[in-house]
Amino acid sequence: MLGQQQTERILREVLDLAKAADEAEVVVFTNESGLTRFAENYIHQNVVERNAQAHVRVVLGKKLGFGSTNRVDGDGLREMVERALQTASLSEDNPDFAGLPADNRPVPTIDVFRPSTERFTPRRRAEAVARLIEACQAKGLRAAGAFETGLREIAIANSKGVFRYQPATVADFNTVVMSDDSSGFANASAIDVHDLDVDALAREAIDKAERSRHPIDLPAGEYPVVLEEYAVANLIGFLAYLGFNGMAYREGRTFLNEKRGQPIAAPGISIWDDGLDPRGLAQPFDFEGVAKRRVDLVKSGIAGDPVYDHQTASLAKVDNTGHALPAPNSYGPIPLHLFMAPGATPKTELAKGITRGIWVTRFHYVNPVQPRQTILTGMTRDGTFLIEDGQITRGIKNLRFTASILEALQRVEAIGATTRQFINTYGSTVVPALRIGSFSFSGATTF
Amino acid sequence: MKEQLFKIVDAARSQGAQYADVRFLREENEILTVKNGRVEGLSKNTDEGFGVRVLVDGAWGFSSSPTLALWERVVREAVEVARCSGLARKAGGISFPGRPAVIDHYRTPFVEDPFAISLEQKLDLMLKADAAMREVPDIKVARTSLGFLRIEKHFANTEGSYIRQDLLESGGGIECTAVGAGDVQKRSYPNSFGRQQLTGGFEHIRAMDLPGNARRIAEECRALLTAPTCPSMVTTIILDPTQLALQIHESCGHAVELDRALGMEASYAGTSFLTPDKLGTFRYGSDIVNLYQDGTVPNGLGTFGYDDDGVAACRTDIVKNGIFVGYLSNRETAAEIGHPSSGANRACSWNRIPIVRMTNVNLAPGTWSFDDLIADTDEGLYLITNKSWSIDDKRVNFQFGTEAAYEIKNGRLGRLIKNATYTGLTPEFWANCDAICNEKHWGLWGTPNCGKGEPSQIAHVGHGCAPARFRRVRVGVA
Repeated sequence: MLGQQQTERILREVLDLAKAADEAEVVVFTNESGLTRFAENYIHQNVVERNAQAHVRVVLGKKLGFGSTNRVDGDGLREMVERALQTASLSEDNPDFAGLPADNRPVPTIDVFRPSTERFTPRRRAEAVARLIEACQAKGLRAAGAFETGLREIAIANSKGVFRYQPATVADFNTVVMSDDSSGFANASAIDVHDLDVDALAREAIDKAERSRHPIDLPAGEYPVVLEEYAVANLIGFLAYLGFNGMAYREGRTFLNEKRGQPIAAPGISIWDDGLDPRGLAQPFDFEGVAKRRVDLVKSGIAGDPVYDHQTASLAKVDNTGHALPAPNSYGPIPLHLFMAPGATPKTELAKGITRGIWVTRFHYVNPVQPRQTILTGMTRDGTFLIEDGQITRGIKNLRFTASILEALQRVEAIGATTRQFINTYGSTVVPALRIGSFSFSGATTF
Repeated sequence: MKEQLFKIVDAARSQGAQYADVRFLREENEILTVKNGRVEGLSKNTDEGFGVRVLVDGAWGFSSSPTLALWERVVREAVEVARCSGLARKAGGISFPGRPAVIDHYRTPFVEDPFAISLEQKLDLMLKADAAMREVPDIKVARTSLGFLRIEKHFANTEGSYIRQDLLESGGGIECTAVGAGDVQKRSYPNSFGRQQLTGGFEHIRAMDLPGNARRIAEECRALLTAPTCPSMVTTIILDPTQLALQIHESCGHAVELDRALGMEASYAGTSFLTPDKLGTFRYGSDIVNLYQDGTVPNGLGTFGYDDDGVAACRTDIVKNGIFVGYLSNRETAAEIGHPSSGANRACSWNRIPIVRMTNVNLAPGTWSFDDLIADTDEGLYLITNKSWSIDDKRVNFQFGTEAAYEIKNGRLGRLIKNATYTGLTPEFWANCDAICNEKHWGLWGTPNCGKGEPSQIAHVGHGCAPARFRRVRVGVA
């Protein structure tokens, strides 16, 4: 860990080196992490890494130059800045460039750093994995998965006075437990490694692998479904990515161009982005150092607003919501801290009322087919069950879905009363499970 | 460097490693993007560091750092981590047969060093392509990108090997988005994912002729807005080489990774339906289907001198006359099934361990000319350039979408069709391959975004192929 003092030294040094530029921005990312990976009931990969990267954006008039390095000593930083200045000088004017943001407002301090996670050792990761493996071996099952603990720092400064720093810790455990013809999945992530109940996750995956043995074929078609939080998080991540990018909105490429302010989901559905909510991996500023604001993406079923960064907000003449990605970024801003409001139905009762339907643990390899219509395709995996008369009765072979997220959200019949949190590289998703009245499966596979 | 790296592996051995290797990498890349006439990104980036892999008492450990001066700490960590792996060791320990030492220096062949070409020249080419796309009405977004990567890689191990490789990649592409008639459509050239990338120099960029193809691609993109939608039916399809490359990648390349077949990727990328009991007997495709991996083919994005086990790149058969006969493997996994390594152990960076990755997984050319193939097809679709992709975790059920398609009727290409998708099961699909174009139509395609592993690794791999025909395929899924 570089720490705030050392990180700020790098920021100041880069800004000083870039004084020849009209404007300059520097972003420093550091990480230190360990990951213990296991498969076939043994640890097969076990790694440690540390790195620090500095990224610079320099502005000469309307010309931009970028550079990065992981040599954060004086020579490395100087060479990086010189390269960026040289490329800027050789570039062409970008008349649309709105300058760097000058957001000097204080942002809330949100503590997402836990020394317990920082100090968690490879031995303790291996001990937890060994317990899972022992439990699987006792039942004739095979375990695979990964247990990761680590810390990351983000620091941002620019020549207009922006200065931000935040350290964070993350722990993540995932496992797939397999028999010869079935599998079960469990995953959780947390800021404090002690909030991860690895033994409970092991029980969840083992239970699924055992209950889904001897799966039967089910033909493709429309079925009512219960989507567990893992599957919902996947769909909501795509919805945010495809629909709420302020640049895509400006270019007329998203469903929001036609649907903003219109009903797009069942009335109980509310989805928002909030980098300040500590129930996710809170980060109070974006990658330009601008304070983040909560943005309602879907409020009681009504389509909300796109998110913006400095450039897209300037072009659209609206307020910046603080959703910039690291520069250079030609993709535009996206929501990274997603929440879906829980409902009132206990997860154990979500299958009630379904005469014949499908319980989906998670999806695999999901990708957009028609982005503007939010039509995605993907497979189920690691715990797909038949629901009969409101009860999970047996495992079924996996199915391919090809469905519109928006249509699925319109057909939501019940929302789970609890949520699960999933942390990814620079964001998080907190969602409940859902019961959906009809969901389209377009094909089946052989296992 | 050589002495420093041997000092590192010697230290690992003295701390109990039965095998150790170290890789030091220094990377330099240049990325240029132009969007709608604006130079959006012009970046020059460097990255360097080293990673130490140790096998201690039959269990692996790995540590890494950007700072070579910290080598003693990194070695201690790698050994300590390996001892922790021993808490859940493989029964009997990891098998890692020894190999003779190799001393060598490999360099990617190239004609024009892309880093010696001026930024002005590169931007001029990009801005011309950008302007040509934007001349076409309804083109809302035009994007052009170029990217160049230079890697200096040093490898040493406790067997006495020391290998230096100087690798060079060049890539580029254009893409445009048309908005109108209540629709949004996209076209790319020469490939999707923003660029076509190969090992070699700026000669590849010149050969693409991005400005010369920009208007044609943009016009096709605009035409898609009002084109009829792909009907839902079972028909004959012909895949263009860019889409076929991804079909090979997903349904063959990943399926024949031996670590997947042995369950080592089960929790993330998944396993494979091509289990070792099928080796040598399972019918993967029709008699004309011959697939092989080749880390030596000139210009392939998966071409190199030695893999990260210190094994020389080579060519091995994967599917021979339709029968599954070989895996992509490394020293560890090959030993599990008693085969030699296919030289496919690759890490994407200094801070990642090497795992089994594709090299260039290629479909051997057939006998058809493209014109004859179209003329021989009564009815079907010619599918061009990938737009969407998905496949299950054993690599059986797949679904792809393409940016464009052309109707084939009575042996002729007809109307442009939009939103084309097709789906199938891998062995059935390849069993229905009844024609492959000849070597005149064969080319190499780069896949620079292949994800696998935890922590995530993005590999650069390649695929060689010519257009091929598949019968009885379900199209128009969405």
